[in-house]
Amino acid sequence: MKLPSPPGLRRKPPRPGSEPAKNGNRINGAPAPTKKELKQAQRAKLKEQALEVPISMLGWLDERTGSTPFLRAFLFRKVPKGTNWYYTLGSATMFAFVNQAVTGVFLAMYYDPSSTQAYGSIRHIINDVWLGSFVRGMHKWGATVMVVLVFLHMGRVFFFGAYKYPRELNWIIGVVLLILTMAMAFTGYLLPFDQRSFWATVVGVNINASGPIVGPYLADFLRGGSEFGATTLSRFYAIHMLLIPGLIAALIGAHLYLVSKLGTTAPPWLKAEKARELAEEEI
Amino acid sequence: MDKRQREQYLREYGILKAQGKPFFPYAILKDGTMAMITLIVIILMSLILGAELGPKADPTTTSYTPRPEWYFFFLFELLRVIKPPALVFIATVGIPTVCMVLLILLPFIDRNPERHPARRPIATLTAVTVIALMAYLTVEGALAGAPGQITLKVAPQYAKGKAVAASSGCQGCHKIGENGNAGPGPPLTHIGARLPRNAIARTLVNPTAPMPSFVNLQKQHPDQFNALVDFLASLK
Repeated sequence: MKLPSPPGLRRKPPRPGSEPAKNGNRINGAPAPTKKELKQAQRAKLKEQALEVPISMLGWLDERTGSTPFLRAFLFRKVPKGTNWYYTLGSATMFAFVNQAVTGVFLAMYYDPSSTQAYGSIRHIINDVWLGSFVRGMHKWGATVMVVLVFLHMGRVFFFGAYKYPRELNWIIGVVLLILTMAMAFTGYLLPFDQRSFWATVVGVNINASGPIVGPYLADFLRGGSEFGATTLSRFYAIHMLLIPGLIAALIGAHLYLVSKLGTTAPPWLKAEKARELAEEEI
Repeated sequence: MDKRQREQYLREYGILKAQGKPFFPYAILKDGTMAMITLIVIILMSLILGAELGPKADPTTTSYTPRPEWYFFFLFELLRVIKPPALVFIATVGIPTVCMVLLILLPFIDRNPERHPARRPIATLTAVTVIALMAYLTVEGALAGAPGQITLKVAPQYAKGKAVAASSGCQGCHKIGENGNAGPGPPLTHIGARLPRNAIARTLVNPTAPMPSFVNLQKQHPDQFNALVDFLASLK
């Protein structure tokens, strides 16, 4: 696939008269065009116009957003030699996050975050809603896959030494994303409101409460008071579907911006030998 | 890394980058393939493993032994391993917080300019140790502490009582042998040596709060109740 070229590089429209004569200035005596010929000419003209549509639409957008240079820099930036399958773990993590966002939106359409209705609404999703059980399964297992991918991606970055200069800041953003992902897993665990999720969350919040200084305040904030009550569930729900996803999306944006600006690392074993040889050759 | 090393890195990286291929379509093809694999794995897991929903949450039950999601098992196990109450906050908050801070500060702690794993043995060894430790704790957390399980060995005539104890949620508050939580109730490992049989039965029927009464079990299934008392009285 090829992106249409921006306005400056586009083919110029032909000068009048440079094209072969058409119907209008037909020389006297030449046979009138048959119906078939007319139809063909019309079809060719339509095709040409249709091809112009995406170009002119992109041109319209580009004139108003100026996004072509950015898109070109992002899409056609070079990735270093030796880029292999390990480098796909980051984007796969992002894809898992997108999966969570999409399935989460559909679950939110049916979920009721009140302590009396939550369990029933999950039962409703499983038993009555079309594909409800499947989408809930995708959300649940998507969370597991995302956690696994986050750790694998972190392992890749660590062993490739990719957190070193000049990418230190991106490593820090990545660690914050890891913590936020774990926080997503923790807050989402309560939402089905069955025995398992309820008691695990009680223990989890009590663990938070045992921390020094901020611990008790954090636990009170999560519970919405000193006891597990009616507000706790809606609080977890709001944190799970508004606060943390917003933060994660924003930080993924920053993470990607730095990736495209600084470039992905080359595998460390490629570094010394070949590059140096080449550098010498160039001199 | 000093200034010279930084410049040298950027120079070498520039060369490797110039030798590379454009992100679109080469790298994005790999990314897209991986995304599809991820989606297929998620769909298959959803179809094959499903998402169970247990019984409705009941804040009044005292017998439920909570279990976290498996990727929190290593924290869970850490909590189980560290026993003295004064040290519990080290396991629950101290170690995880220290680990997170160390992780954030990693680029400033490890300032070795080398990037090849073999040429920075300390960093590589540390990482491998941490991964092995987390894997070990996860496996231990998954195997041990399964709710309603008592690993204590007993004579065969007490096996039935042991099963009753295991399914009654005693371990939510009591320690029995290697299993159960160390509080708020007293450990039951040697309860038979401290209390006679009928005192145990009395306590089960008429306990001190917050322990639930077993009076219903006594009325509805007297055989199970007696087996439970026999089992507890045998723990000496």
